[in-house]
Amino acid sequence: MLPFLINRLMLLVPVFFGVTLVAFGFIRVLPGDPVEVLAGERGVSPEKHAEILAQLGFDKPLWQQYFSYLGDILQGDLGVSIITNRPVIEEFFELFPATVELATCAIIFALIIGIPAGIIAATKRGTWVDQGIMGLSLTGYSMPIFWWGLLLIILFSNTLGWTPVSGRLSFFFEVDHVTGFMLIDTLLSDEQGSFWSALHHLILPSIVLGTIPLAVIARQTRSAMLEVLSEDYVRTARAKGLSPFRVIAIHALRNALITVVTVIGLQVALLLAGAILTETIFGWPGIGKWIIFSVFSRDYYAVQGGLLLIAVCVMTVNLIVDLLYGFINPRILQQRNKT
Amino acid sequence: MKNPIVVSKSLRVQQWREFWFYFSASKTAVAGLIFLIGVVLMALFADVISPHEPAEQYRQFAKVPPAWKDGGQIQFLLGTDYAGRDMWSRIIHGSRLSLLAGCVVVVLSLSIGVLLGLVAGYRGGWLDSLIMRVMDTIMAVPGLLMALVFVAILGPGLLNAMVAIAITYTPSFVRLTRASTLTELNRDYVTASKMAGARPMRLMFISILPNCMAPLIVQGTLSFSTAILDTAALGFLGMGAQAPMPEWGTLIAENRDLMLSAPWTVTFPGIAILLAVLAINLVGDGLRDALDPKLKRS
Amino acid sequence: MPLLEIVNLTVDFATANGSFRAVDSIDLSIDEREIVAIVGESGSGKSVAMLALMGLLPWTATVSADCMRFDGQDLLGMNDKQRRKIIGKDISMIFQEPMTSLNPCFTIGYQLTEVLCQHFGGRRRSYNNRAVELLQQVGIPAAETRLNAYPHQLSGGMCQRVMIAMMIACQPKLLIADEPTTALDVTIQAQILELLVELQQNNNMALVLITHDMAVVAETAERVVVLYAGWQVEQRSALDLFSNPRHPYTEALLNALPERAQGKLLNAIPGVVPGQLDRPKGCIFNPRCCYVQDLCRQQLPERQEGVLCHYPLELDLKPSRSSQDMVTDS
Repeated sequence: MLPFLINRLMLLVPVFFGVTLVAFGFIRVLPGDPVEVLAGERGVSPEKHAEILAQLGFDKPLWQQYFSYLGDILQGDLGVSIITNRPVIEEFFELFPATVELATCAIIFALIIGIPAGIIAATKRGTWVDQGIMGLSLTGYSMPIFWWGLLLIILFSNTLGWTPVSGRLSFFFEVDHVTGFMLIDTLLSDEQGSFWSALHHLILPSIVLGTIPLAVIARQTRSAMLEVLSEDYVRTARAKGLSPFRVIAIHALRNALITVVTVIGLQVALLLAGAILTETIFGWPGIGKWIIFSVFSRDYYAVQGGLLLIAVCVMTVNLIVDLLYGFINPRILQQRNKT
Repeated sequence: MKNPIVVSKSLRVQQWREFWFYFSASKTAVAGLIFLIGVVLMALFADVISPHEPAEQYRQFAKVPPAWKDGGQIQFLLGTDYAGRDMWSRIIHGSRLSLLAGCVVVVLSLSIGVLLGLVAGYRGGWLDSLIMRVMDTIMAVPGLLMALVFVAILGPGLLNAMVAIAITYTPSFVRLTRASTLTELNRDYVTASKMAGARPMRLMFISILPNCMAPLIVQGTLSFSTAILDTAALGFLGMGAQAPMPEWGTLIAENRDLMLSAPWTVTFPGIAILLAVLAINLVGDGLRDALDPKLKRS
Repeated sequence: MPLLEIVNLTVDFATANGSFRAVDSIDLSIDEREIVAIVGESGSGKSVAMLALMGLLPWTATVSADCMRFDGQDLLGMNDKQRRKIIGKDISMIFQEPMTSLNPCFTIGYQLTEVLCQHFGGRRRSYNNRAVELLQQVGIPAAETRLNAYPHQLSGGMCQRVMIAMMIACQPKLLIADEPTTALDVTIQAQILELLVELQQNNNMALVLITHDMAVVAETAERVVVLYAGWQVEQRSALDLFSNPRHPYTEALLNALPERAQGKLLNAIPGVVPGQLDRPKGCIFNPRCCYVQDLCRQQLPERQEGVLCHYPLELDLKPSRSSQDMVTDS
């Protein structure tokens, strides 16, 4: 497993540098005067201008600026937010758990419904059940996620009054920030009913964010299962007299999941993009909402830092998915070890 | 001497017929195609079809509900928005922007992607590695975020949004083309062409590219539908088409405050997006089944 | 009472071009401890017939028969649950491609003990010793270490041995081997066949060997059933079949063997096996038969003494021969 891991990490190194280049370049290509744009100072005297420019590090040659930027990053200094004056990295990690919590719930929702739906569609192939599931899934990923969210809010929060409109927790509750994960923090606190409030607030955003992954996972599971079900070893399993449940859930699914796991990994990048929209609609205080706010309020250091950190997240998740893939399919590990 | 690369007309007709036979086997794909043609016609003849000017404000008719509800009027089929503009007319005109966005994005990302993919696959070596690492970098950042960053640099607006989105779609075309190119490179006909003295450009575009068309067409169709969704998303966030342009996402954004009091202003543009994207996805599925039986999803 | 009795088995497939009859009125009766070979070209329906027996055909297939009894039990009327009690336990089947017939995600030991656990209950681990025993029985060296191996770590011949071990684990009364050696090297083929015959004798099993290799048939079979395009054209004892084939197709098949070639050319049968859309009227072999008469082109033949022909070839009384002689005899 270890050589495989190292091999994968080596491939990520150039990508990491690429992303730092993008983040670095982003600040440098912003139109306008850097002093005005980044420090917010306008109409300053030439000496002050030069001074601020030096402060920003713009007076040195480009390559030197890049390396000092790189050095800063590796020490954890991603700059300071122009708006709040707090270190970007601090702001990011304060809001990060909210997004992780939301994304995790969304993926769990997508898996719990998507995989069984795909299996059922595959085993009942050609029937109206299959066509219905596939039709719904096609509709699911043809929808604009922000509109879907608004629609569900109109229906469930407004008309039916079943779910809250925004936020992570009803404002009746005061919960200490321990982990940042509301579900855990509410359990740890002694506020009665706060856990259920947190869960209640998670329902609609998770469904909205998880709809597209659900649709993709259902489709992918179905096609993977169909392929696997026609394989020789499934016929062997049936020839052994195993129950249909065992044939499908154990023999077929294990192999089908290999493809599905890759798809799940790809969904994570999309989830982060979708989080931007979902958090905006539901007023969810996560990094999606933060980054949009930063773009709008021209908090460029926050955007730069957020860009880098989010890219690192995506790369990390992809790495984990690759490892998981190797674990599930022993052959991949063997092949990798040989190269 | 007849140029063997030029296919005779009758063969082309036969290929089209065969393609249409497979495509039309899927009723949903044909339905999607018909709907899509309808949307294109709607966009082309927007000025003629639309009952009102999209920007015309009927102040006394602000927030009128759809015609079939209480208080609705037949002249405003889908109701009006906060400024009294007819929703149906705005949606019709919005179709132009969505289709335009889809076309521009696909044309840009496809052409750049295919070019880079061919070069990367054909040349190999350091150029290949460089191109692929750049593509990996773009893919490491979620699409919408990347588009937002570009728009942050270039400024908001529909054109900038389209360029930004096109950049985020390029890697998938590069990968596809490169993979196909690598497969084709090993084939005998390429070796034969090389030995006959064919120049790289000719080899790449005339010999190799036609064989990669099937997955590219399928991916192109999917990208078209995603482009519409992403353009609407950027419009919704205020970074894409700017109000008062009736881009569907922007329509939802500008009426968001009314979403509870006048839900139709938010619902109908979304339905328009959904139906358009659904139609394109159905066509895309049909294309995939028709072009390569091996890629069949069932 | 025969162990397996099949009367008038027919299998139809629903295809995009209409219904396709893959198997047409097959009669087969097998006694305990008998070795029967089913012979035919690709597309003759030999695998389909046995898969129909096992209930392993896809949903597009319709199976019908006048009688399909195994060990006194009616297989046709059985529901899936009852059938699953017999499959893998009293009737087993091994397949052509051993490498892909084993699940790549599970170890050999897991797959072996699974079938035992399914039919005899209990914890899977408790069958580990039995699994080792089975692997030794099929001639796999260092059996204990193999329990934790994955299929892709074994060669084709080893995989087939594992398959055999898996399928005889519950000591079936009938083992169906569907072209067990076709995908293997020639040197391994002989070993696997020997193994099958040995197991058949030691475990008192009946063996059905599906093959297109006449040499294999001559080596091992007591009785032979010849199939052509889904029809059962001849059924005789192996000795009689090789010395006196009575159906023109069987004769042509034997003549086409390399051992019987005269000069430089093989005696190939002219024409091709009919596909779904070009079934001839009358006897299905008539377009390629060198003895064809007008009646053959118009009327379906009746089965006479195991031969489906209007004009079965004359009996030629010859004494029995050794298997090698049988093959080279002309």
